[in-house]
Amino acid sequence: VTAVQQRLLEIRNLMKTSRTSRYVTLSNISEVSFVIMLKSKTFVKKTRSGGVMKIVREHYLRDDIWCGSEACTECKQESTVLQKDTCIESSLCSYPHYLIPDTNVVLHQIDVLEDPVIRNVIVLQTVLQEVRHRSAPIYKRLKDMIHEKEKHFYTFTNEHHRDTFIEREPGESANDRNDRAIRMAAKWYSQHLKTSESNPDGLKVVLLTNDQGNKQKAEESGLLVHKCEEYIKSLIANPELVDRLALSSDDKNEITSNKVLFPEHLPLSKIQAGIKSGSFLQGTFRASRDNYLEATVFVQGEGEDTTEVLIQGLQNLNRAVHQDVVALQLLPQNQWVAPSSVVLQDEGAAKDDNVEEEEEEKVLRISAAEAARKPTGKIVGIIKRNWRPFCGMLNVSQIKESTRHLFTPADRRIPRIRIETRQASTLAGQRIMVAIDGWPKDSRYPNGHFVRSLGSAGEKETEQEVLLLEHDVPHQAFSQAVLSFLPKMPWAITPEDMVKRQDLRQLTVCSVDPPGCTDIDDALHCRELENGNLEVGVHIADVSHFIRPGNALDKEAANRGTTVYLCGKRIDMVPELLSSNLCSLRSNVDRLAFSCIWEMNHEAEILKTQFTKSVINSKSSMTYAEAQMRIDDTTKNDDITKSLRGLNKLAKILKRQRIQKGALTLSSLEVRFHMDSETHDPIDLQTKELMETNSMVEEFMLLANISVAQKIYDEFSECALLRKHPAPPPSNYDILLKAAKSKEVEIHTDSAKALADSLDVARVDGFPYFNTLLRILATRCMMQAVYFCSGMDSDFHHYGLASPIYTHFTSPIRRYADIIVHRLLAVAIGADGTYPDLMDKHKQSALCNNLNYRHKMAQYAQRASVAFHTQLFFKSRGILNEEGFVLFVRKNAIIVLIPKFGLEGTVFFDPKDKTAPSLVFDEEGPTLKVEEHTFHIFDKVKVTISLDDSNIQHQKIRMALTDPVIPGVSVPVPDTEPQTKKPRLDR
Amino acid sequence: MAGLELLSDQGYRLDGRKASELRKVQARMGVFAQADGSAYLEQGNTKALAVVYGPHEIRGSRSRALHDRAVINCQYSMATFSTAERKRRPHGDRKSTEMSLHLKQTFEAAVMTQLYPRSQIDIYVKILQSDGGNYSVCVNAATLAVIDAGIPMRDYVCACTVGFVDETPLADLCYAEESGGVSSLALALLPRGGQIALLQMDARLHQDHLETLIEAAMTACKGVSKVLDEVVRQHLQEVSVLTGE
Repeated sequence: VTAVQQRLLEIRNLMKTSRTSRYVTLSNISEVSFVIMLKSKTFVKKTRSGGVMKIVREHYLRDDIWCGSEACTECKQESTVLQKDTCIESSLCSYPHYLIPDTNVVLHQIDVLEDPVIRNVIVLQTVLQEVRHRSAPIYKRLKDMIHEKEKHFYTFTNEHHRDTFIEREPGESANDRNDRAIRMAAKWYSQHLKTSESNPDGLKVVLLTNDQGNKQKAEESGLLVHKCEEYIKSLIANPELVDRLALSSDDKNEITSNKVLFPEHLPLSKIQAGIKSGSFLQGTFRASRDNYLEATVFVQGEGEDTTEVLIQGLQNLNRAVHQDVVALQLLPQNQWVAPSSVVLQDEGAAKDDNVEEEEEEKVLRISAAEAARKPTGKIVGIIKRNWRPFCGMLNVSQIKESTRHLFTPADRRIPRIRIETRQASTLAGQRIMVAIDGWPKDSRYPNGHFVRSLGSAGEKETEQEVLLLEHDVPHQAFSQAVLSFLPKMPWAITPEDMVKRQDLRQLTVCSVDPPGCTDIDDALHCRELENGNLEVGVHIADVSHFIRPGNALDKEAANRGTTVYLCGKRIDMVPELLSSNLCSLRSNVDRLAFSCIWEMNHEAEILKTQFTKSVINSKSSMTYAEAQMRIDDTTKNDDITKSLRGLNKLAKILKRQRIQKGALTLSSLEVRFHMDSETHDPIDLQTKELMETNSMVEEFMLLANISVAQKIYDEFSECALLRKHPAPPPSNYDILLKAAKSKEVEIHTDSAKALADSLDVARVDGFPYFNTLLRILATRCMMQAVYFCSGMDSDFHHYGLASPIYTHFTSPIRRYADIIVHRLLAVAIGADGTYPDLMDKHKQSALCNNLNYRHKMAQYAQRASVAFHTQLFFKSRGILNEEGFVLFVRKNAIIVLIPKFGLEGTVFFDPKDKTAPSLVFDEEGPTLKVEEHTFHIFDKVKVTISLDDSNIQHQKIRMALTDPVIPGVSVPVPDTEPQTKKPRLDR
Repeated sequence: MAGLELLSDQGYRLDGRKASELRKVQARMGVFAQADGSAYLEQGNTKALAVVYGPHEIRGSRSRALHDRAVINCQYSMATFSTAERKRRPHGDRKSTEMSLHLKQTFEAAVMTQLYPRSQIDIYVKILQSDGGNYSVCVNAATLAVIDAGIPMRDYVCACTVGFVDETPLADLCYAEESGGVSSLALALLPRGGQIALLQMDARLHQDHLETLIEAAMTACKGVSKVLDEVVRQHLQEVSVLTGE
């Protein structure tokens, strides 16, 4: 009986164990044995359905977590992160030390921590977890810093360390507990470093916190603790860091007066209740570009339809910033207003906070016609801020000693920001970045802090940086985490690589690209088979072999989405080692490729299609011009030339077939700058010329894309990544039809084919350029082509190419969509494995959205870059006088196209400083009668071109009319007649 | 906002273990006197009680009897208080039935049933507290109970679940990890011969990773077998001391 009783007792004890903590040796776990303490963590959690659930989790404490310091001899660590010599000099801490920031310091002062000066920082697990919880972008930045070897950031897993773990005490809030955990870890460090014998330099740890209570408690327990501001200010030799400090809440009070300017924002709970009950609306805030007192909010209604709500006046705008997600309340209908057509810019000196608003807003109060009134509302709360660092310039305050200045962002939709800086005199004339910290209700402007300087305004480097930032193009150098996934050099093809590949090295493959191209992603071959048919191969760089799904490199590429080409600069999507070397199909080296091989007869009919991963060895990489010369040179008869001729012949047939099916050939003027080889300034402008070989390569790329699209759609009808080009709505063609009619030419827009055919026959005698102009106009009528996931859409048609299905397969080095298509195709032919995200149509669809956004932004950035270089070009040229054509007629202006430069500009007829001439606009024509002269679309005019740099942030090309001469409107022909070079008009 | 980070950059899991480390395993054999064999086992916060009756004559319909070996009858149940929210139906639901079947298959592979033709062995397992890896804890507890009942087995049957996160196999998943969208695999192993008694996986996993995952599961199972072996030896010692008195 006693034995049984004893046993029961033991069981009872055993069952109780996890409530108490004790030591157990777990030798079975792995080879190393160590002491582990077990704690049980219990907490309650609210479930989604509203219930309360008790969650019990185990929590193991270990003693094999090392301190990571080079100076420590006690810890049996294999590698150390923190340096022995911390080379940071501070007047507060004259001894070598490590920093331990608390969560709020990381969250608010991440800009400071990112500075290369700040090194040897201990990031506690508590801090890391809290940051992860509070802000995803900051968490990512912190992680990147930890990965950066140069920064010497060490993550200390304090929550699982036997000596630093603490339990939450009754009545203690989670935040207080975390603060205590941070202090505990700091204390452990200071004792640990003190006891380690090989520490003669007296290494110490310094806790950084902005919380007064936390600081006091830390001081009581004998820790070295400083406020972040104090510490940064004490840094010797790095005074500029001070400006990067974000304003903490207790500093803000000093700046602003006590007068309340704005109504209080409602708390989130009230907003949610309001939205549910329908009294508030949620939408995205879009500030007006032209009027700082006006904005619209796009309210997403049921399904697809969105409504626009107008917001007018500072009070109603209530501190919302462009792109914020806001909650708004509609005003009663009798207070609705119409959008004002005035251009208002917030200019001049900083307005006093208590300036009469009435005065500012007076201009808006123009009684509008009843019909023009729109739903009007006021902002009651902000649901989500979408602040990012903004580029712009500083307006230096008039008071010389002042440290508070206003900052004007380059984007006109962003309000001016008040920042505090001591280096205003150096920053004046520079492009800088500023982040918003907050917008208190008693401040006219948001408060922010200086992030970094981009360089002097107007300089090429600086402006490039600005336009990249403003178009949200990710262009930082690739992080260490990303680079770690690159193949190790020297790289060679291994037998494992060859397993699922065809060896096509013996084929005469060659590539044709624009001059100076280093990321060659396509190569071609053509040869005659024994049965008389032709074998044509398109070989695409096998990027998906190097970029494996899900790793940091893949994620970075997916985020970048596309390589961005600016004038004289390329922002790569993948690191250069891949884009210009391992993936680039250069001549005379073995490269991995994804091949699409057709067997065709001499009428270019496809008899057989084969997709395979392969190894190729390109025999030659040529430019379009070189390839053209080889084809034309009848004396040459080598394999490459024969191959090219074969390709060219087939391409012509393919093109003809395509056009017969109704593919459009549209036109847009693309210009190419001739750069000075030393200064990299543009010295000449030239419109891009197209040769036969251009269209040869293009034809085969189209064919490959269509073949691949069909294949992946057949295999994966739910998750194929395709590209569509929707047919434009008929109203889009109005401008084209009107324009054509004015020259008595009929254009049919019923179908793509009808449009293509009628464009082909549209000619006007004595006006050779007319057809090109029409095509330019037609291009403007088109919709954007977009990527989409086949499972989420039913309309696949590509209007421009007249193809029922299309995708992008041929440029994986510079487009991420192609990488996905490669992966899909590889799975389809069994050459590679699949992974869950690839087959998930919702994830694919989200990816498509990002890719579409990045492509659009890349295009805008590209255009902005061309515009900037055009400005540089005209800056060096002075005033030019050129011939152009009227492209559009507007109410108060004409838009003129200069074919020679591919440049488009606006000639305004209502200058601000002069009295406007009489203008009569006829919408039907459309024509504009200025005084006695009437302008029609396609009229030939002469204009002067000059650079208007009165506003250094927004330089623009100014055009003025010289011919026809209209008294009071046109300007005299400039004296310096430019070097006349006959523009090549018709091609 | 963001889900749980199952494996930190420093290589620690949610509860502080490293990827290949098991939870603390504690066990007792012979906890009930009336049954032929019984055992109690905890693996972290998952706790199970296993009871074995038999081998005895077939109860109920005689037609179930097999002429060349014993029938193994398993019943799996979960205590109503074993989960965070009170469980309505302790046994007999689809999940429990499936689990019973799996246990039966596992033990048919391990118990030397041919020694007891026309008889029956009952294994009852109850989860008292559930925190992930229910199947493997049941198998481990039942193994001890079968040994306690003195029924010959080919080897210990040791089971362990393994999950796959960030290209790393995680041994012995807890509930938070299991529910965090990890593709997991349960393996029951006869460790000495390295034979697999049962392998179960119902999530998606790329086949390239399967090999490493099974490898990790086997190592984990061998770790479990060491603990079980120790428990059995200690029990024997205690019993022999008692009988010696």
